[in-house]
Amino acid sequence: MQANVSVRRFNPDEEDPKSYDQEYQVEVDENFTVLDTLIKVREEIDGSLALRCSCRASICGSCAIRVNGHAVLACKTRVSEHLSEDGSFRVEPAGNQPVIKDLVVDMNPFWDKLRAVEPYMQPSMPEPEAEYLAPNDVMLHLVDVMGCIMCGACVSDCTVLEIDKNFLGPAALAKAYRFVADTRDVEDDKRLKMYNEYGGMWDCTRCGECVTVCPKGVAPMERIMALREKAIEAKIPTGSYDGAAYGYRHSLVFEDIVSHNGRLDETKLVIKTLGMFNLPKLIGLIPVAMNAAFRRKMPPLLHPAIPGVGQVRRIASRINAIKKEAAK
Amino acid sequence: MYSHDVLVLGAGLAGMRAALEAAKTGANVAMLSKVYPVRSHSNAAQGGINAALTDRGDDWTDHAYDTVKGSDFLGDQDAIEVMCREAGQELINLEHMGVIFNRDEEGHLGTRAFGGQRKARTFFVADITGQAILHVMFEQILKYNVRVYDEWYATTLIMDGNRCGGVVAMEMRTGDIHAIQAKATILATGGSGRVFEPSTNALICSGDGMSLAYRAGAPLMDMEMVQYHPTTLKGSGVLLTEGARGEGAYLINTKGERFMEKYAPNMMELASRDVVSRAETIEINEGNDIDGCVLLDCRHLGTAKIMERLSYIHEISLDLVGVDITKDPVPIRPGVHYQMGGIKTDIDGRCWDPNGAWKGVEGLFAAGETACVSVHGGNRLGANSLLDTVIFGRRSAIGAMDYASQNSHLNFSENDWVNGEKAKLQGFLDNDASGDLVAKLRMDMAVAMDKGLGVYRTEDGMQEALQAVQGMRERFKKVVVQDKGKSFNTNLIFALELGCMLDCAETIAIGGIERKESRGAHSRTDYDKRDDENWMKHILLRQGDGGEVTKEYMPIVVTQWQPEERKY
Ligand SMILES: Cc1cc2nc3c(=O)[nH]c(=O)nc-3n(C[C@H](O)[C@H](O)[C@H](O)COP(=O)(O)OP(=O)(O)OC[C@H]3O[C@@H](n4cnc5c(N)ncnc54)[C@H](O)[C@@H]3O)c2cc1C
Ligand code: FES
Repeated sequence: MQANVSVRRFNPDEEDPKSYDQEYQVEVDENFTVLDTLIKVREEIDGSLALRCSCRASICGSCAIRVNGHAVLACKTRVSEHLSEDGSFRVEPAGNQPVIKDLVVDMNPFWDKLRAVEPYMQPSMPEPEAEYLAPNDVMLHLVDVMGCIMCGACVSDCTVLEIDKNFLGPAALAKAYRFVADTRDVEDDKRLKMYNEYGGMWDCTRCGECVTVCPKGVAPMERIMALREKAIEAKIPTGSYDGAAYGYRHSLVFEDIVSHNGRLDETKLVIKTLGMFNLPKLIGLIPVAMNAAFRRKMPPLLHPAIPGVGQVRRIASRINAIKKEAAK
Repeated sequence: MYSHDVLVLGAGLAGMRAALEAAKTGANVAMLSKVYPVRSHSNAAQGGINAALTDRGDDWTDHAYDTVKGSDFLGDQDAIEVMCREAGQELINLEHMGVIFNRDEEGHLGTRAFGGQRKARTFFVADITGQAILHVMFEQILKYNVRVYDEWYATTLIMDGNRCGGVVAMEMRTGDIHAIQAKATILATGGSGRVFEPSTNALICSGDGMSLAYRAGAPLMDMEMVQYHPTTLKGSGVLLTEGARGEGAYLINTKGERFMEKYAPNMMELASRDVVSRAETIEINEGNDIDGCVLLDCRHLGTAKIMERLSYIHEISLDLVGVDITKDPVPIRPGVHYQMGGIKTDIDGRCWDPNGAWKGVEGLFAAGETACVSVHGGNRLGANSLLDTVIFGRRSAIGAMDYASQNSHLNFSENDWVNGEKAKLQGFLDNDASGDLVAKLRMDMAVAMDKGLGVYRTEDGMQEALQAVQGMRERFKKVVVQDKGKSFNTNLIFALELGCMLDCAETIAIGGIERKESRGAHSRTDYDKRDDENWMKHILLRQGDGGEVTKEYMPIVVTQWQPEERKY
């Protein structure tokens, strides 16, 4: 069958470089991947098309691009599943990273963020003569995280990175989790404090995009949530970044309000999280509140408890009892 | 000018292991790679890495014997002894760096069975062992802050007479050409699998390092020894690990027979790779095939085991041919997988230095698939290659630091080398549109090689392939590079890679024609027996000044295992 692929191109060698779309018609069959198609374009039609690829088997992490607006591995994505009715699909470079040429993006920020999480094991010293002992189930759990091939699909579609370039991002934080979850690494405390800082684990908004687009099932957001849990368990809510403290308090207040009212009272959530007497912070929020009101997104000021709230409260106290039991 | 004591070309396992060893001593070392380190092809290794651990009742001499026998007695036994003896410690080193190997109930490292070995001594991480080790090695590179020239393509070794003094390379992002000075240069540029089609190898495996060394005057050894892996996916040729058979999967033909009963009654599916690939080829030729394939059957392993230990091949079978291996057998056939031959080195990675006399290129070292020490001889055992990369990666770094501490930099004119290279590249860009496209020429070469130097070979077939390849050298001069730009010109890079592949193809064919016997992966129907009387020797090929190829021979090093008949 015939596919029309529209490719977003960019040539930095031009005098006034601008991106533009170019269409190619390619003969494809049922099993053709997006990568097969692009390779065909570059081998038979237009050798100037730049893209990274190598293994053709979703293991080297080279070929993350956007197809019809979402990040994928080109070599893992079948064309037939993305064709529109008129037989076309759209290809663009991965997002959130500067484009170098055509589908090739600058991954230096990606590696810099990886570097920032101290991405190497820090075990107890001195090293034993034989291997460090470790339970197989912990290792198997880590295989899922080590499955990350650093393709950057998650970074491409991360909604936080879109507005805050300082966020460490899903890939680096998933890597960070690998060390915290590895029983051989003994620097959990230091690590959790480090990831607790500005740009760290509390800046994820839990939109879930990274989980959706990750081609290897690493589920970065879930790793970030696991980091948060560990930070809370380890009572590491403070750091030089006050957002970290709020992140922790936010989760406590959230639980408190819901288990009392049966629903979330967003106004109360903000006030209680920041602290009733934290006037500078509260005043700082006035423009946000006004903006929200202006766009009719201001939460109602009064939040009556839901009907049957007693049941919610009973569930909450049961959970608390179980938690206390477990803590013993 | 950029300048280092030790410069490592390649950032796969061999390259990173070398750079790490040098960095740990505080040496001035840098690594240069045409792809980001974790994109290197070592990540594709699935099955595992071999080591005989004494505390598990294993013995390195058993491992060495299996390796010697696997190599069909072409491997050099001194090198094999070094590799197998050091394997245990190096495996522990990897674990200490943070590799998350599968464990047994007590939390010790666990093993799985692999082909051609009498003991289960393959350590593994599910079926992503290469990736798991490569990424941890990269973690260490970050820890020690090793300077990496990411996405730089090495084009030429800087030479003065017989001495190498660094490399000329293209920074791909800008297209700029640079000379990098180094007292010692280590080639860790991987294999040449793309010389054939189909191939399990990634698109970047174009034998660049072998070609760079060859053009600089270093000999390539035993290039005819190309491994066909028995289980590569129909179509793309992507690999399904031997670990599947290690876990108990069967090979069946269309009649539903486990045909290995006929060919290797003891080891069955776990006979050595050359043996299994030949058996499949016979089955396919006899018509017991579907579309040129036989079947790999994992169903009886059960979903739980498949998802725990073989989940990656489950994923790619589903993605690439739409087969769920928990439910159906998957079509496979032999495909090109590994280059046993390569740049002749000694056990310290030197290229090469018997008794203080550099007989290849002075100041040049090589490790990993690009090198030929030779530990794999005529046929590599599964899971011995990752081991080879780390053992000889480390040793070559020690050798290179030693050399660098005793020698100064070579003096050369940076401008001359850079301008010379620019002129060469401009030559490609100036070709008009009348020649062949790069991909077309590569495909012609790869198909010719597959036809003439496949699982079974004959004089006529190999001669035909050689002539075809030599003809392509002429066509290559006029090859069309459509992209005329500077930045990230992958089209130009492919053309350069093709040039390297042609060197490899030619030496593979010449070596194949030269070796008039059947040994390991080199099976000739016209000389169908191993001939220990005449061929217990390596074939070394060098490029003369006029481009002609000269042949030399070297006896195989035998320490304790005399050649015997090879049965599985
Ligand atoms: C699919 C597959 C599965 C395998 N499974 C196993 C297994 O289970 N166990 C096992 O032991 N072995 C296995 N092998 C073999 C093994 O993976 C390889 O032989 C080994 O990883 C090679 O490592 P290397 O470091 O030599 O090269 P590579 O990892 O290929 O690295 C080569 C490096 O050189 C760089 N490079 C090359 N040319 C240039 C240039 N011109 N300029 C700059 N840089 C350059 C590349 O960028 C790359 O960084 C497998 C191989 C394949 C193909
Ligand atoms: S080409 Fe390697 S991940 Fe797609």
